[in-house]
Amino acid sequence: MINPQQVKTMIQEQFPEAQVEVAGDGEHFEAVIVSPKFEGKSKVKQHQMVYAAVNDAMASEVIHALSLKTYTPEAWQTVAGKI
Amino acid sequence: MTPELKAKIEKLVQENKILVFMKGSKLMPQCGFSNNVVQILNTLGVPYETVDVLAELDIRQGIKEYSNWPTIPQIYINGEFIGGSDIAIELYQSGELQQMVEVALAS
Repeated sequence: MINPQQVKTMIQEQFPEAQVEVAGDGEHFEAVIVSPKFEGKSKVKQHQMVYAAVNDAMASEVIHALSLKTYTPEAWQTVAGKI
Repeated sequence: MTPELKAKIEKLVQENKILVFMKGSKLMPQCGFSNNVVQILNTLGVPYETVDVLAELDIRQGIKEYSNWPTIPQIYINGEFIGGSDIAIELYQSGELQQMVEVALAS
């Protein structure tokens, strides 16, 4: 079992400039990542970049599932405006 | 991944316009994320095929390497990897998924 903070740390190591929020129950997690690195990239590519940061934990199934929402800072402004 | 396995996956992806690699079957999904994708495609009312990775363990591992994507389900439309459950939901909500499947089925 790992906690959301550990997952957040893994992501943050690869995305030091990003805003990262992670919630989860020890196996299933969800994360929101806002990073300028996502600019010009497709959603699939954006998620692949995040999955790469947690690849070992997912391959060993320490993390069973990681649900992602990824945004560029610009896209986040639009989404945040609606919440 | 062996060349044989890669060829097997490529064949599946090329031969089916809309293909979902999932846990369980359309009628009995064995995972909530796989179920999300089935429900979305059923709502769109489009024909699609599924591969149960719980019954095909070589594909279960191989597909993750093939797409560079660590989780199941995985959706392919017209041979292209589209994403998993999260992206399917976003694309469905924005109306893009409907467009993508219409284009694929018309081709």
